[in-house]
Amino acid sequence: MVERRRLIQAVNDALFEEMERDPKVVVYGEDVELSITGDMRGLHEHFGHDRIRNTPICEATLTGMAVGLASAGYHVVVHMMFSNFFYTGMDAIGNQMAKLRLMTGGQVELPITIIAGYGGGSANAAQHSDSAYPVLMNLGGLNVLTPSTPADAKGLLKTAIRGRNPSFFLEASGRGGEVGDVPDGEHLVPFGRAAVRREGGDATVLAIGRMVKPALAAADALAEQGVGVEVIDPRTLVPFDEASLLASVEKTGHLVVVDEARECCGAASQIAAIVAEKAFHALAGPIRRITTPNVAMPYAPNAERHVIPGEERIVAAVLSLVGRAHRATA
Amino acid sequence: MATTVIDRRTEQAGLRSGPSPAELLELYERMLLVRRVEERLRDDSAAGKLPGAVHLYIGEEAVAVGVCAHLGDRDYVTSTHRGHGHFLAKGGDVRAMMAEIWAKEEGICRGMGGSMHVADVSKGILGANGIVGAGLAIAAGAAFGTKLDGDGKVTACFFGDGASNQGVLMETLNLSTLWELPLVFVCENNTFSEFTPSREVTAGRIADRARAFGMPTAEVDGNDVTAVWQAAAGAVARARSGGGPSFIEAHTYRIQGHFEAEAFVLSGGRYREDAEIAAWTQEDKDPVLRCRATLLASGAADVLHAIEARVLAQVDDAVRFAEAGTPADPALAESLMFVRDEG
Repeated sequence: MVERRRLIQAVNDALFEEMERDPKVVVYGEDVELSITGDMRGLHEHFGHDRIRNTPICEATLTGMAVGLASAGYHVVVHMMFSNFFYTGMDAIGNQMAKLRLMTGGQVELPITIIAGYGGGSANAAQHSDSAYPVLMNLGGLNVLTPSTPADAKGLLKTAIRGRNPSFFLEASGRGGEVGDVPDGEHLVPFGRAAVRREGGDATVLAIGRMVKPALAAADALAEQGVGVEVIDPRTLVPFDEASLLASVEKTGHLVVVDEARECCGAASQIAAIVAEKAFHALAGPIRRITTPNVAMPYAPNAERHVIPGEERIVAAVLSLVGRAHRATA
Repeated sequence: MATTVIDRRTEQAGLRSGPSPAELLELYERMLLVRRVEERLRDDSAAGKLPGAVHLYIGEEAVAVGVCAHLGDRDYVTSTHRGHGHFLAKGGDVRAMMAEIWAKEEGICRGMGGSMHVADVSKGILGANGIVGAGLAIAAGAAFGTKLDGDGKVTACFFGDGASNQGVLMETLNLSTLWELPLVFVCENNTFSEFTPSREVTAGRIADRARAFGMPTAEVDGNDVTAVWQAAAGAVARARSGGGPSFIEAHTYRIQGHFEAEAFVLSGGRYREDAEIAAWTQEDKDPVLRCRATLLASGAADVLHAIEARVLAQVDDAVRFAEAGTPADPALAESLMFVRDEG
């Protein structure tokens, strides 16, 4: 059975189902009992204080405690509100969570799921609008999940909570109200499998998380100009589905990567490098990265719109490539 | 320094006034094992036989041994970058630790962790840790888990005077008090924050930081294994019975440098006097010698000789084992990052 759910409801459904299924799933974080973002609403009333509880505001301890609690046999879910707060809890993320399994020669498993909102577009200004996943990707020992639909949100979160590794589940800011069809009950989305959101033969647009929506809008606009765009949603950045992307680029010969994170050493840069190394022969033009520039997110909504990738920049990038190819063959 | 100030609540929770004669012999043997293992590491490091840095615990053995005497395999400890003593005191295997430091496949972490990360999760040793203060939050998490388990397991968190200046100490004192976690904070005040005397970088008394949270707090002579044992008896019993966290500040002294070969990086720079170090190696200060003197006074000379021979044999065996081990498997670096299950 399928029902229409908001993304935030799909996350809530996943948490309810996984906490019911496994009494070892324990949730904590700042204000999780009232759940200001809504994704944890009702859990405290249903499961009680031993399963979900508010913590002090102390990210260094929240992330470190996850490592200890997971080592003691629990499946830990931590809500960190905004991905900017990873920075405050970074020691345990970078030095413990990402490394302890290797450091102990494989003695520990760390089933930890960290949930946080990310991205701009809500006038939350610079310290609440980062897309702080490139730093996680760089650490090597963390799964990074960027669902763009309610169904994927539910399926990826359930897979993460059942998993045996640390996973970061990133909820796109302002996308909690996104509505989509969600399969009821057991719906698991495997990691490392991209979704082709739209098929097309002229250019590949890989869009991450919140960027899938403008990418699809750009594809609609380009279709009207006779340009067929294939839109790929990687769904997870670590692990990353290279095969699906390379197959698409082999078909289209062009790649645009759309990433809300900043340009420097970002996800788009990594993905561009993969394609440059492994499918250079298939490329008919340069790879284009459409990202937020290397700036702090401004507060003013018009300034936010100026820096965050949108439909127009994607359309322009695709046209620059397709036009270039046409010129080259002319 | 020799004064022992034990908070009334900690004292009341203590079950006995001190270790029995047989227990004191065990404490001595364990301290001596840590000492002899580390003396060998010191020598092998100087001889260039060990690939990485070693941070030695020489002079602080009474703290780990006195606390861990009250813990079993099911209890947890978190440790520091100076972690060999905690590993051995908690029952870690000497051969496996030595092989780890020698970067061998037979090492407890298969050569992937080294001296600064020795861990044996099966014995509740959640790992030495290269980040000063990192064990505090990990210990709070383990203690939270055992509180949820509700079966009386205890977590002891070893950290130093250096870590006491990390903000995470305040966070974990707050949270563990609030949640009544079965946690024993053990601050090993060895008077040095790496290469800086702690008094230059530390305001107030460290134990007062715990007192501010209303936490039962004991300040003990950390070179007196009996005093540490007594304070830990109370703190562990309190945690085990659901009474919440306690704090022990053990005053001790780091005889070796921050790490072996520090003279090389200091290039002539000094942060303490040789005479000060020499004073702490005397029979009235050194924790191993002090315990030995107590045992000799009670007429245990023959037993002590037997212990010393046994410990030396154990150390020789561990070094032979490590030396003869297989080099670590480089492929583990890739295969061990994730448990391969999802997707």
